[in-house]
Amino acid sequence: MNPTNGNPLARAMRHRLTWPLITLLSLLVLNTAFNTSFLHIEWRDGHLYGSLIDILNRAAPLVLVSLGMTLVIATRGIDISVGAVVAIAAATAAWMIGGAVSGNVSRFPLPLAIVAALVIALVCGLWNGLLVARVGMQPIIATLILMVAGRGIAQLITNGQIITIYYKPYFFLGSGSLLGLPFSLFIVAGVFALLYLAITRTALGLFIQAVGINPTAARVAGVQSRRLVLGAYAFCGLCAGIAGLLISSNVKSADGNNAGQLLELDAILAVTLGGTALTGGRFSLVGSVIGALIIQTLTYAIYSLGVPPEINLVVKAVVVFVVMLMQSPEFRAELRSLVQRPAPEGAKA
Amino acid sequence: MSAVIEAAPSPQPASSHAKGGQRLNPKYLPLTATISLFVLMATLGSVAYDGFFSAQVFLNLLIDNAFLIVVAVGMTFVILSGGIDLSVGSVIALTTMVSAALVEKHGWSPALVIPLVLVMGTAFGAFMGLLIERFRLQPFIVTLAGMFLARGLCYLISIDSISITNDFYNAVSQGRIPIWGEASLSISAVIAIAVVLAAVFIAHCTPFGRAVYAIGGSEQSAMLMGLPVRRTLIGVYTLSGFCSALAGVIFTFYMLSGYGLHAVGLELDAIAAVVIGGTLLTGGVGYVAGTLFGVLMLGLIQTLISFDGSLSSWWTRIVVGALLFVFCLLQRFFTSRAPRR
Repeated sequence: MNPTNGNPLARAMRHRLTWPLITLLSLLVLNTAFNTSFLHIEWRDGHLYGSLIDILNRAAPLVLVSLGMTLVIATRGIDISVGAVVAIAAATAAWMIGGAVSGNVSRFPLPLAIVAALVIALVCGLWNGLLVARVGMQPIIATLILMVAGRGIAQLITNGQIITIYYKPYFFLGSGSLLGLPFSLFIVAGVFALLYLAITRTALGLFIQAVGINPTAARVAGVQSRRLVLGAYAFCGLCAGIAGLLISSNVKSADGNNAGQLLELDAILAVTLGGTALTGGRFSLVGSVIGALIIQTLTYAIYSLGVPPEINLVVKAVVVFVVMLMQSPEFRAELRSLVQRPAPEGAKA
Repeated sequence: MSAVIEAAPSPQPASSHAKGGQRLNPKYLPLTATISLFVLMATLGSVAYDGFFSAQVFLNLLIDNAFLIVVAVGMTFVILSGGIDLSVGSVIALTTMVSAALVEKHGWSPALVIPLVLVMGTAFGAFMGLLIERFRLQPFIVTLAGMFLARGLCYLISIDSISITNDFYNAVSQGRIPIWGEASLSISAVIAIAVVLAAVFIAHCTPFGRAVYAIGGSEQSAMLMGLPVRRTLIGVYTLSGFCSALAGVIFTFYMLSGYGLHAVGLELDAIAAVVIGGTLLTGGVGYVAGTLFGVLMLGLIQTLISFDGSLSSWWTRIVVGALLFVFCLLQRFFTSRAPRR
């Protein structure tokens, strides 16, 4: 446990991504141990099949939302309205495609429906951003407004019903495949690549960190913090919109009340698991992707181990508690004092 | 009933405290706005819809929202201290579930079950408070995990709804206390009123209440003043846990069943009620009485929409969102002079 700066192993252990990666790997090992065909990937009918592909495909919406959430959290914010935005985007797309028309007809052209859904999601994000950056509301409250009203808006669009989608080309988004891989993976990879380039090749990442660490200092240093914060929320909304398209396309319907339910919490959990502190500042996009994969793998493990799915929530809760405690300097200090200084009563406990 | 409500906003509340010699202390404005808006909406409803203006319609606001009042009162203390509690809805669900399972499946007496679930909820709140205070964790994420945990525990007990046929629960659920004429209150509503009165006392007349306000104003200053910050912070979440469990008991009377999906999203309604009631989410400013009107306002919106008949229920959510927006803007306007952080 002694920190030795020169030791490469000790340095690796302190890397931000080490613990998320170890968690993910141990989950994969656990899955493999109980199900030997877990890592098996097979080429069939021009598609890749396998549990790993399945996990990646199912994690796609969560990864997208987590990427958006990472930026928002990095600027010291939080967006609890993403679930509602997912529902709104899904409802918009489903309404424009039309639930009643069956087969190969769509009420509006497909590209128009997709663009409209994304624009509405972007507007939702901009609205959140305006409230936070311009009006100066607390992020949790600003986004609470849309979280409360959003499901109502989604139900307004779907007229309170679940719109079933019959238009086949739309299904390609969520369940189609390209080059043998699920198409949703390409969407996620595209968004990730664009974001990663923007963060690492330009000063954007640095600015976001600066705003997250100290908004006042950043503003004094000439960073346009308001515009950055606005952009972060807008991007988060857009990500939620894409996720909404993927989800509605995958389940072939849009449900204003239940689409994206609890997604915001999973996304926040993914970001936290990925090593981004909720207090803003340092953030890791790769970490958030790993975090989202951890959540999906955990869910998969719970299902495949034959554990009743009801336990899912309890396991998630325990994981959050453990991660939270490990991130707390006070808790680590307490642990260290237990290890280093064997207290008289500590021998038994 | 209505006379009481209408009388409330007319004198400047500031005059009763008479400090600083200001005409109307800005910190009373959100509260005044809430009560005025409530009266305005009630008046409009009375004019627009036949049979709206009756004592029972207003008493029903209390009866149907008794559990929300109790939860929101607990939440008020948490928010006053500058925190947040996202676990309240799931603690309610867990309470209904444990009550139903013990009473129906194991044949326990309600006299034993009700104190037990109250202790359980209180302990749950205390545990989260301890984590938040001791390890300096963010209330948001701790209570989020608490929310997952409590809902998960519900499903461990049973995935299905358990209905309650116990005589005691039936009797309490149907019991009505006549007020005057035809109008009556339920036992749950009386409990809720008692909780509000007790909370007003705790907030304004006890050292604990003063410490909560002080911590919400500035934790550091409270610490320097020698106030028991750590104890108070744990106490706030413990109180919220107790309120959630009590609300769960009331909810059990109301629904006569235990179910893991009971009260989904109730934490948002509670937070919305607290905000609409004029409590600042940054902590330190607000009133329990405002929260009561916040809940009544949510109930009134629902009643208006059901009286109208042509509006669908999802309009409730949109109107509540719009109201939240207006009140947050209002709060922002009144606090813009003193930026925090």
